[in-house]
Amino acid sequence: MGADLGIEIGTAETVVFWILGPIALAGALGMVFARNAVHSALFLVNTMLALGVFYVVQEAPFLGAVQIIVYTGAIMILFLFVLMLVGRDSSDSVVETLRGQRVAATVLGIGFAGLVGAGIARATEGMAVVGLEQVQGGAGGAADGNIEAIAGLLFSRYLLAFEVTSALLITAAVGAMVLAHIEREPGSRLTQKERSRARFLTTDHPQTLPGPGVYARANSIAAPGRLPDGSPSEASFATGVEPQVVEELPPGHPTEGGSDAALGTTRGSTR
Amino acid sequence: MTLTNYLVLAAILFTVGAVGVLVRRNAIVVFMCIELMLNSVNLTLVTFARATGTLDGQVIAFFVMVVAAAEVVVGLAIIMSIYRTRRSASVDDANLLKY
Amino acid sequence: MNPVPATGLLSLSWLLIALPLAGAAVLLLGGRRTDRWGHLLAITTVTASFVLAVLSTVTLAGLDERSVGVDLFTFISTGQLDVSAGLLVDPLSMTFALLITGVGALIHVYSVGYMAHDPARRRFFAYLNLFVAAMLLLVLGNSFVALYVGWEGVGLASYLLIAFWYTRPAAATAAKKAFIMNRVGDVGLALAIFIMFTQLGTTSYAGVLGSVGLLAGGTVTAIGLLLLLGACGKSGQFPLQAWLPDAMEGPTPVSALIHAATMVTAGVYLIARSAPVFDAAPAAQTVVVVIGAVTIMIGAIAGCAYDDIKKVLAWSTVSQIGYMFLAVGLGPIGYAAGIAHLLTHGFFKAGLFLGAGSVMHGMGDRTDMRRFGGLATKMKTTFVTFGLGYLALIGFPFLSGYWTKDAIIEAAFDRGGVSGWVLGGVAVLGAGLTAFYMTRLMLMTFFGKPRWEDGVHPHESPAVMTLPMVVLAVGSVAAGFVLVQVAPLADWLAPVFGEPEEAAAHVVPPLVVSVLVTVVVAAGALVAWLAVGRRPVPTTAPAQVSFPVRAARNALYADAVNEAVFMRPGMRLTRAAVLVDDRGVDGLVTGIGTGLGSSSTRLGRAQTGFVRSYALGMLGGAVLVAGALLAVTAG
Repeated sequence: MGADLGIEIGTAETVVFWILGPIALAGALGMVFARNAVHSALFLVNTMLALGVFYVVQEAPFLGAVQIIVYTGAIMILFLFVLMLVGRDSSDSVVETLRGQRVAATVLGIGFAGLVGAGIARATEGMAVVGLEQVQGGAGGAADGNIEAIAGLLFSRYLLAFEVTSALLITAAVGAMVLAHIEREPGSRLTQKERSRARFLTTDHPQTLPGPGVYARANSIAAPGRLPDGSPSEASFATGVEPQVVEELPPGHPTEGGSDAALGTTRGSTR
Repeated sequence: MTLTNYLVLAAILFTVGAVGVLVRRNAIVVFMCIELMLNSVNLTLVTFARATGTLDGQVIAFFVMVVAAAEVVVGLAIIMSIYRTRRSASVDDANLLKY
Repeated sequence: MNPVPATGLLSLSWLLIALPLAGAAVLLLGGRRTDRWGHLLAITTVTASFVLAVLSTVTLAGLDERSVGVDLFTFISTGQLDVSAGLLVDPLSMTFALLITGVGALIHVYSVGYMAHDPARRRFFAYLNLFVAAMLLLVLGNSFVALYVGWEGVGLASYLLIAFWYTRPAAATAAKKAFIMNRVGDVGLALAIFIMFTQLGTTSYAGVLGSVGLLAGGTVTAIGLLLLLGACGKSGQFPLQAWLPDAMEGPTPVSALIHAATMVTAGVYLIARSAPVFDAAPAAQTVVVVIGAVTIMIGAIAGCAYDDIKKVLAWSTVSQIGYMFLAVGLGPIGYAAGIAHLLTHGFFKAGLFLGAGSVMHGMGDRTDMRRFGGLATKMKTTFVTFGLGYLALIGFPFLSGYWTKDAIIEAAFDRGGVSGWVLGGVAVLGAGLTAFYMTRLMLMTFFGKPRWEDGVHPHESPAVMTLPMVVLAVGSVAAGFVLVQVAPLADWLAPVFGEPEEAAAHVVPPLVVSVLVTVVVAAGALVAWLAVGRRPVPTTAPAQVSFPVRAARNALYADAVNEAVFMRPGMRLTRAAVLVDDRGVDGLVTGIGTGLGSSSTRLGRAQTGFVRSYALGMLGGAVLVAGALLAVTAG
């Protein structure tokens, strides 16, 4: 505890940490262990929100806001977009294909966490906490708030980096376009008519056949039904539609009076 | 309760992200794990900014976010492109870079 | 000792070398365009050199100071080493120049006929010209470096000419053998030159030979022995004699010019030129005479057993050069005798080789004497010229060999003491053996019943071939008498070797030596006639023979010794080195590579491609770093 120099960490913050810290950790673990990628993304959102609160608590309200808006809001939405594009159901198989990968990763992970955690704990034992009141306002501090202070730094000391960042963003945008763009031959795109034919011009019967007892050569509303002697049935005339003469196939080929004629797609069959 | 708690939490989150990178095969999830690692580093930066009383840590965390955004855009585009040609988003399927 | 600057005609001495060199260059660079007239150009250049040599010799004879230097240009100038290319025209070098250009010109003429049907005749003449140029540089150079350049030049020409028919495996192998064995000797010569430079700072004859007295005795002996090694390699002397008989794979004119008359005598020239060195190193001189005596016997014994006419002549050459080595090793009393024998040998051995070539020409390129016989009537000119050469070689009284060989034998006896008797005895025995194998050769080739293979129709060679043989036969008959009695070579060479010493008291009177040698020679010839002439010669060599004959047929196992002592250990060493290189050095390098490769393959298995595995690794690393940090701060 940096007692003499700097600030005390208040009880409220301690409470916030002990509530949100486990939540952030649980989110992280959930992200790793969730079978479903969407669940992973949602767990990560959870962790990022917790981190955003930590930023605010640690006197970085601007960063907290950016974390929530940009990271949680924009970037994670982008992740979800791509997840949906790729296919939500392409979840991982549980079987690990690389021999010893999980064991090694776990052992190394625990070792790394132990080493770094121990190292940090040792190094920051009794570290004095200065606090940011001197630079960004607060009780008896500088007049500028957090955003003004960061802006001051960004546009003075970090101006070059800031400008270079803009170039980076432009490049990233262009790069994403180049990578995601699909070049198509002009005219290779199917028209609605072509799509429809591709779907229906098949030997099987994608549409319903006329009901039993109906001697019909077409299922167009304009084609009248036939009586058993072959003459049009007056009763089958649709109201408001002029009955049309449908070119008939030669009798004796009942199977050919199928979908083609019924659709009226045989050449010259309908008008 | 000291700032060390934040730092240890950040270390643990970083490790969880790293292990996630190692054990998950879905490229998008791997990517999310990397984002988690970046976030844990940001937490460290913010914490040290507070500890040292300077804003540079926060500014750098800000830059990290910007770079992460750019990286996500390009990375996801690459994943899309790979998925389009290979019909797979598994990092194990893209294993041509070998002996 | 220092030569006087050249004036007048002698200052043109460089033309002696330049003419044949230009001929070779034109023929080699001109290609097929020179095919029709190439041989004429080659003959012209060599003949011009000969004429120039004659004129130069006459001019030189008219001078008081018979040692003339011709400075040409600075050859090497680096640091303390200053080698100027220059020529030394003195009686010794001009003697050799005359021999080379004279015999060379005759053999060029002969080759026109001998090589008439060879499609590569132009290349042959180019190489011959190249050889003549290199040989002239060897004898005319004024320093050991110039000599070395010529030395390697004749080695190259010899290699090219032995392998002239390079599509024959035997010729290619023989050329390589000659080249490699010559390299062994050349290393000795090179080392001798290095010692001269480090000890004296100069390599010119005037500088080196004039300051031999300044050197320590051991150094002089070392120089002498190394020079001797070089001489042995080039002259086919023991222990480097094995290449010379194999060199007969080359065309016969090459055998006559290079491997009988000129190049193989370069070793004698080297020792004679370095006379002051050897005079100052008695140990080296002793080695020279021992090598000479041993080689006389090796050559003579091996010559008795071979059936190949050219190889018999080659062994004869080895043996005769042994005589020359013996002579020059004896010191001042022997130099002139050795050179005189060299000259007469150049005549009669060249004539013998040309005769052998003529026989081969008539017999369809066959060399097996067991399939000759009875050629005396078919090839009269060849028979007569060859016979004169034969008589000159065995030392028939009052022919060339009689004068010069007897002089050497006398000098050997005059050495005195036990060694004198031994050397003289060896020389006399060698003369007897020479008579035996040469008589055997004559009888098997020209006398007896014809044993020709079917389809062989012996005929006399064209005039272009017989004319040089006639000239050389005349030389064989007269040269010895002229050089010893009419115009003593010893007087002519006096400016080089000093005034000829008359031995105060001959151990054995010259007349006795002459009679003794003649008797031994007659005995050798008689034995040959008893062994070969009276009985029909079997057309295949008898297989069941005694050990000495088998040893002689195998050239006293020189090749076997070379193989066992040098080749096989060398090959084993090479294999071991290759093994160490392959397994050790390469194994280390490739082992590191494969080790890295396999270990990285294993490590690569860790890269499963699963991003979560990589992330696990990163987390593990982070844990390690965190633990380390904590340990450090806590500790």
